[in-house]
Amino acid sequence: MSRAVFLIERAGPMTTIQDRGRFGAQRYGINEAGPMDRAAYRAALAALGEARGPALIETSIGGMALRCIQGDVTVALAGGGFRLTIDGETKGSWCVATIRTGQRLEIKPGPWGSWTCLAVAGDIVAKPWMGSVATHAPTGFGAGVLKTNDEVVIDNARFLPEREGLLPFPVTGKPRDHVRVVLGPQQQFFAPATIEQFLTTNFTLSSEYDRMGVKLIGAKLSIEGALDMPSQALPRGSVQVPGHGDPLILLSDHQTTGGYPKIAVTIGADQDGFCQLRPRQSVRFTAIAPEDAIIAARSRAKAENAYLERLRRRTNA
Amino acid sequence: MYPRLIPVADCGLLVEFGDRIDPAINTQVATFDRDLIARGFQGFTESVPSWSAVFVGFEPLVTDHAAVQRLCEDIIATMKPGAAKRTRHEVLACYDHDFAPDLATMAEKTKLSPDAIIAAHLAGTYVVGMMGFAPGYAYLDGLPETIRLPRKTSPVRGVPKGSIMLAGSQCIVSTVTMPSGWWVIGRSPTRILRPENHPPVLFDMGDEIVFKRIDRKTFDALSAEENA
Repeated sequence: MSRAVFLIERAGPMTTIQDRGRFGAQRYGINEAGPMDRAAYRAALAALGEARGPALIETSIGGMALRCIQGDVTVALAGGGFRLTIDGETKGSWCVATIRTGQRLEIKPGPWGSWTCLAVAGDIVAKPWMGSVATHAPTGFGAGVLKTNDEVVIDNARFLPEREGLLPFPVTGKPRDHVRVVLGPQQQFFAPATIEQFLTTNFTLSSEYDRMGVKLIGAKLSIEGALDMPSQALPRGSVQVPGHGDPLILLSDHQTTGGYPKIAVTIGADQDGFCQLRPRQSVRFTAIAPEDAIIAARSRAKAENAYLERLRRRTNA
Repeated sequence: MYPRLIPVADCGLLVEFGDRIDPAINTQVATFDRDLIARGFQGFTESVPSWSAVFVGFEPLVTDHAAVQRLCEDIIATMKPGAAKRTRHEVLACYDHDFAPDLATMAEKTKLSPDAIIAAHLAGTYVVGMMGFAPGYAYLDGLPETIRLPRKTSPVRGVPKGSIMLAGSQCIVSTVTMPSGWWVIGRSPTRILRPENHPPVLFDMGDEIVFKRIDRKTFDALSAEENA
């Protein structure tokens, strides 16, 4: 069995090990965690021929650098417009490359995108928490946040030269500055004019952006009446409006419940693209009917599956 | 007006039984949650109950709001709130001075002695009204009227895991070290979050909780055992 070991030489503050996520436990206060850009996660794995499941490394615009101190292993990068270099040589943005013993791999933020996924052709050794290694950053549950001098051990490390090279870039991989929502479920807390304001404002992502979510600036959305709503489920993608009126979009490490009203919830099909916006970029929201949200989910899944199948079959031969 | 069924994005339906914290509404929530889980459906991802509502999650590639709504309406029509027996759990509580940084302030504010506050806390029978905020945080409703206080004006950092905390009509035994604005009056060695088990939390929605007092020596012995 071949093994590869990475020594983390530098890790941006939001560098974590993630898998698909931890599902079905929100009733116990345990969220999904998992990747921010879920389609990028799936693409990085598919590029190495994996259908699903294993752990990978997610990082943000802080980037990261690591040295391979044992073994050789092929890796794939997908998500955002980041840059992958090995010993200073640029391999590309969405790409597959091999790192050999002694070589240094670096992920640098490129011109756009907030999150990227580095998958390895092998099994990252990590201790699961409740059946998943996905890292819940606020508590550290799961495999954990990666820091300088940490070691990442990869079992069954494989060398896949036939897969090296640039990956086709999917249209859906771009940042999405136009995000579809279904209004509610707490529309009663907002006057029609406030809902109109929410749907016509160009919001800006603030720098308060981490795995829990992001605060938007642009219009103070006022809440009608007393803020006396009992806490209730707060699904990923919720647009929650706290007392200060600046909407918060809840993402992978969201709390499972919250006591502020939700003016809308973003649709799953647009969440990956939304995550790839950077602070200071702008975003607008459009309301669609719930039936159209279902149609969007299905058509996006169909297109994504076709793309993933292409990646799995792809060789440079 | 209630129950109200509201579509949520492409992934769920919110079933609201009311708009306030009320034991009767909360019992409807617990009943609906239990019946929904017993029935299940194709594409069902999870049920997330809270004080007065249940989020019914589904997989949009498999089903849709209309189908899930029909099923939820059917469950509502046939459910019998209060018919189920509540599971009762005993949680150990140590009110040692070191573990009760807010007991003196609470005594001042309620004009009760620290012992009277402890006695009132021990006299309560609590119901798991919802879980959320952090892994294993169970909101236990049923704090006696005499010791109800609004939460602190600002949260305190690093409240240790196992803290027994009070605010309003509720009590929480914290499962992770986190900031909190609740009044801390004791600590429990009872392991509530136990991720190696199914389910990962000792309690479930609607369960009944009572506290049993232990002294510091017992607390230390149990904690040592836990950490061994």
